[in-house]
Amino acid sequence: MSEAQAIRTDQTDEVDFVELDTMIDKEFSKDKENLIMILQAIQRRYNYLPKPALTYLSAKIGVPYSKIYEVATFYSTFSLEPRGRNIISICLGTACHVRGAERVRERLHESLNIADGQTTDDGRFTLESVRCIGCCSLGPVMKVNEDMHGRIATDEVEKVLGQYE
Amino acid sequence: MKIQSLEDLKTISQKTRGSIYHPNTIKVNIGMASCGIAAGARASFDKAEAAFSGDDGITICQTGCIGFCEQEPLVEILADGKPRVMYKNITEEKIVDAIEDYRQGLFEKKKWILGQMRKPLGIMEDGTENPVAKVSPHEGIPFLEEIPFYSKQVKIALRNCGYIDPDTIDEYIARGGYSALLKALKKMKAKEIIDEVKASGLRGRGGGGFPTGIKWATCAKHDGERSIICNADEGDPGAYMDRSILEGDPHSVIEGMLIAAVAIGSSHGYIYVRNEYPLAVKRLITAIKQAEGYGLLGDGIAGTDFCFTIKISTGAGAFVCGESTALMASLEGKVGRPRAKYVHTVEKGFRDGPTNLNNVETYANVPPIIIKGGAWYAGMGTEHSKGTKVFSLCGKINNTGLVEVPMGVSLREIVFELGNGVPKKKKFKAVQTGGPSGGCIPEKFLDLPVDYQRLAEVGSIMGSGGMIVMDQDTCMVDVARYFLDFLKEESCGQCNPCREGIKQMLDILTDICAGKGKKGDIELLEELGSMVQRFSLCGLGTAAPNPVLTTILYFRDEYEAHIKDKKCPAGVCKALFHYDIDADACTGCGLCAKKCPQDAIAGKKKEPHQLDQDKCIKCGICYDACKFDAIAIR
Repeated sequence: MSEAQAIRTDQTDEVDFVELDTMIDKEFSKDKENLIMILQAIQRRYNYLPKPALTYLSAKIGVPYSKIYEVATFYSTFSLEPRGRNIISICLGTACHVRGAERVRERLHESLNIADGQTTDDGRFTLESVRCIGCCSLGPVMKVNEDMHGRIATDEVEKVLGQYE
Repeated sequence: MKIQSLEDLKTISQKTRGSIYHPNTIKVNIGMASCGIAAGARASFDKAEAAFSGDDGITICQTGCIGFCEQEPLVEILADGKPRVMYKNITEEKIVDAIEDYRQGLFEKKKWILGQMRKPLGIMEDGTENPVAKVSPHEGIPFLEEIPFYSKQVKIALRNCGYIDPDTIDEYIARGGYSALLKALKKMKAKEIIDEVKASGLRGRGGGGFPTGIKWATCAKHDGERSIICNADEGDPGAYMDRSILEGDPHSVIEGMLIAAVAIGSSHGYIYVRNEYPLAVKRLITAIKQAEGYGLLGDGIAGTDFCFTIKISTGAGAFVCGESTALMASLEGKVGRPRAKYVHTVEKGFRDGPTNLNNVETYANVPPIIIKGGAWYAGMGTEHSKGTKVFSLCGKINNTGLVEVPMGVSLREIVFELGNGVPKKKKFKAVQTGGPSGGCIPEKFLDLPVDYQRLAEVGSIMGSGGMIVMDQDTCMVDVARYFLDFLKEESCGQCNPCREGIKQMLDILTDICAGKGKKGDIELLEELGSMVQRFSLCGLGTAAPNPVLTTILYFRDEYEAHIKDKKCPAGVCKALFHYDIDADACTGCGLCAKKCPQDAIAGKKKEPHQLDQDKCIKCGICYDACKFDAIAIR
């Protein structure tokens, strides 16, 4: 997708609190009900959920940190660890599964030497598995950042990975 | 401009109809839903725009999902007085040639052409005028309506997908859009609307199948701050009709919600949409802004005192949030854990107020029911299941895609006529309906009509409409293990039967797949399954054993082969089979040896090759690559 946003790579715990404060006020009107969407916005900005941002958020909208932690760990989108420059999402939906997604995943494990949810030592890739991204006709599907790679054969994995630095 | 009356809609419709049906330039509609874009539609679009940028004779437009996913990118080209032609697999290398050929009236590249369309009028419009029927068809191009994939389809929920630009409200209006809202708002009493929906027999399309009219009536009876929620958290793997509707026709869902709000008496609407569907969110936001601009959302809608706003909330990747009470908790910014429904959500739901929650497809069906009447809708389908249902055909099937068929059509028709059967001459094994809560239906039940009751009788459910076809290479024990693995991850963990029961069942299945199955495992699975079914708190748990129980029921021999013979007949469970080269079939072409990542295959050219079992990692690359069926599963 060309309208994709580039994934941010500045992975430090340096949180811009002024920016964060403005965002919570302006975009989400400090509303507790918007917690999930606020967390999504923080993750879009930092590529993960930095702890200082969450403690600040807790005080700002009046939700205990434990509750924020509960939400952040319940939903699979969120990551409390910094992630790689490129996020690989291998689709393990049923349609992809019967078309051999498991083999593609094994191939990814082997060539990157990481398991699901892990990041390569050089910070180049994070591997995540997702359940159905709704492109079942193109299965098995592998998404890297926002680019969809459909009908991936096991032996094409390395070629796709080579496109990302 | 603020729309006040049906006349205002008519004015917009008159102005826009031309560009949909008989444009004065050549109009190129490119299918730009997520799957089209993944197949290369965006590149085709950009290429066409660049190539014809100064050309007054050609307009390049986007549209939603055209449905025939197997043939994406799909492109439809039309012009006044010329046939409407649908082109298939139009990647960026082909798009310019396809448009030039159309301009010159050349239709020689038969492999690029899917067919020509004869009936482009929508179901909500006046059928007396069909601009395309007046154009003489081009000989030698098949009619789309006669192609098996399309011939049995009746498009109601998908009525505008693939016809209109989803980002242009005027095109939705030109297809009869928002006239149902104005009718409901100005000419009908709340009770009449509900009665019409009741008469239609429409049932929830998200999986539960609860009668929509009765839900609306019950919600309207309870006092308090009522909310209207659209469940767009389409989590079932293998189902993507809701995404296609949101990406191809977002206004149909907004209009359906508005009508529900008029009938029930609500001023707040929420759409809970999956975060995995960024394009759907983007198109919904555009649609809501446009509707607000026309005064169809907000305060004083269409000059009345009716007010309604819609807020979009994005989910964060939790399957259990498709359950109504979990979804409402998630909307409130909490973790999505379901609660026991002693008090139903129509009485106390979101923020403890009466809440009406329907699925995307259900809302999309509402406007045509209001315009054409409940009796019209109830005229289609079976005794207990009325109207049409959208299915996503995927897995081991030739024509993957989205189809909308009247209820009562048989599974065999869907799989073998619309879907054109299983690829590569492999043998059909089962069709899985209802996602992780459904079951696997074997060949002997293929003549079963699609109907809520009939599917339940064989242990499956209608579900949201995913249909995954499985062939001889699919291991049913592995499929059961797969679904439980999914559900173990997605269980919210608050009730014991679901949290522990699913895990125990998964452990047993994992052992069976690893060749450690024991006598009595099947019986234990059945016992555990029935416990989880009876005692879990919410629908996720009570339906979780379905894939296991149906596969045991219909494919017990495969379980026994795994446990007793330590064999996986389909060649999926790695511990239970090995690949071997059939010396009689091997031609020595060397393709497998070239592709093998382990260098486990060797042999002289034109002589049967050998496979070194010690090096083989069973990745299956050779099995997929061999053109002579010489790689055998032993």
